[in-house]
Amino acid sequence: MDGIFFALLSDAMTVPDDYIRISGLSKTFDQGRAGAMLALSNINCTIACGSFVTVVGPSGCGKSTLLRIVAGLLDYSEGSVVLDGQAVKGTRRDVGVVFQSSILLPWRTIIENVLLPAEVLGLDMEAARERAMQLIHMVKLDGFENKLPRQLSGGMQQRASIARALLHDPKILLMDEPFGALDAMTRELMNLELQRIWRESGKTVILITHSIPEAIFLGDQVFVMTPRPGALDRVIPIDLQRPRAMSVMGDPVFTAASEQIRTLFEHTGSFD
Amino acid sequence: MNSKNNRWASLALLAVLLALWEGSVRLFHIPKFLVPSLIDVAAALWNGLAVAPWAKDGLWYHSGVTLVEILLGFFLGSGIGVALGVAVSQAPRVEAVIAPFIAAFQSLPKVAITPIIVMWMGFGISSKVTIICLLTFFPVLITSIAGFRTIDPDRIDLLRSLSATRWQVFRKAKFPSALPFIFSGLNIAAAFSVVGAIVGEFVGAQAGLGVLIMQMDAQMDTGGSFAVFIVLSTIGIALTSTLRAVQGRVLHWMPADSAHQRTVSA
Repeated sequence: MDGIFFALLSDAMTVPDDYIRISGLSKTFDQGRAGAMLALSNINCTIACGSFVTVVGPSGCGKSTLLRIVAGLLDYSEGSVVLDGQAVKGTRRDVGVVFQSSILLPWRTIIENVLLPAEVLGLDMEAARERAMQLIHMVKLDGFENKLPRQLSGGMQQRASIARALLHDPKILLMDEPFGALDAMTRELMNLELQRIWRESGKTVILITHSIPEAIFLGDQVFVMTPRPGALDRVIPIDLQRPRAMSVMGDPVFTAASEQIRTLFEHTGSFD
Repeated sequence: MNSKNNRWASLALLAVLLALWEGSVRLFHIPKFLVPSLIDVAAALWNGLAVAPWAKDGLWYHSGVTLVEILLGFFLGSGIGVALGVAVSQAPRVEAVIAPFIAAFQSLPKVAITPIIVMWMGFGISSKVTIICLLTFFPVLITSIAGFRTIDPDRIDLLRSLSATRWQVFRKAKFPSALPFIFSGLNIAAAFSVVGAIVGEFVGAQAGLGVLIMQMDAQMDTGGSFAVFIVLSTIGIALTSTLRAVQGRVLHWMPADSAHQRTVSA
């Protein structure tokens, strides 16, 4: 019954499996007298609408550069990046970005921070305020909306920044090591929360991480990158049911994927 | 409880110091043109204040003149300082080009050019306002530039990721980020503006507390001079605490101790 419904629905909406298409993407940083540094080399991939893709790679492999290019914050040297049929030429409003740190503006209360995209994009403030309250509820910050960022813990601040990234209802959520600064316990909790938020919101998510377990736990697919110049080494599909619980980490599929990524890293010298 | 105790201790210390002053003046028969007794100072203060505000030999009139100079000079000088800081922050190349000029002019003690400014602009209020402008302009400009330069680039990225315009980036991220620095410049400027007014009036003026001090000095009316000092301190305290109150409101989001660290006085 569910299957038939989904088939009809997907037929009608034709969910594209190349919602995000990156072809032959390279990025060279001009370093003046030090010459040019190739950061990304010939990246090709497609990402389906509504899927959760995680990107792992050793530090300095250009993961963040890739994300900044998709976000339109950084231009690229060669190739093309197409989101929803449109080439990326700069920042766009159907994309929300969550950065490594929460970057909440310290002089704004939590709700004012969450409302920032509405102010910048000139949205209807009344509707935005209502949506902000819903998002604050979704990231479980009820009662903290009028607090200042410094009155919240690191995990709560990062949750607020996720709510902010979702305020203008972007179709694509780009996350650059959003939980890297959090302690292990909070991080696991945030992974569970993020899975829930993703399932509730139906966004297409690209999440950069250097944690292999995090990548497998969250991803429908894990993109494994090589050391600099960063290239896409392998795309590993993770066939684990949703919603996933932390106990999934003991599942043979999980450990096999983990083993596979570690082996890839050893081959490319990512652990050196 | 503790701060209340400290306040009483401060008052007690004041009483002891005043008693020592009065006692030694009487005991050692110090002439009143060197160090006046407390009673002389109090009398001078009373005589200066118990007149009509427009009386040209009273403290009110001269205080008013000096206060107008201070406020005009402070607002003009620091206003231009912030405005130029903003302009420079939007154009890094301009900053690079004018940086040596700022450094050169800043190293010149502005007090040294006071006589020339009085010569150019006369004994009226404008020469004093100009001097205060010069004194307050630099600290505000320098701290503004520093404030705009030290802004966290992540905040700009955040605004850019939302396709913000240049003006939105400035208004929502850059300017609020620079405000703590700007306020530290304004605090220095407030202290400098009182100095500027008095120095300007010493060099040449028709009215003002500096003029009053010079007149009383000439008449060896040291008690009168001391009375003017008290008025000057009161003006200084009023300026500083007003500024601090404004700062407390504007920077309410900062932890209290770090906001206080930024209040510099000279």
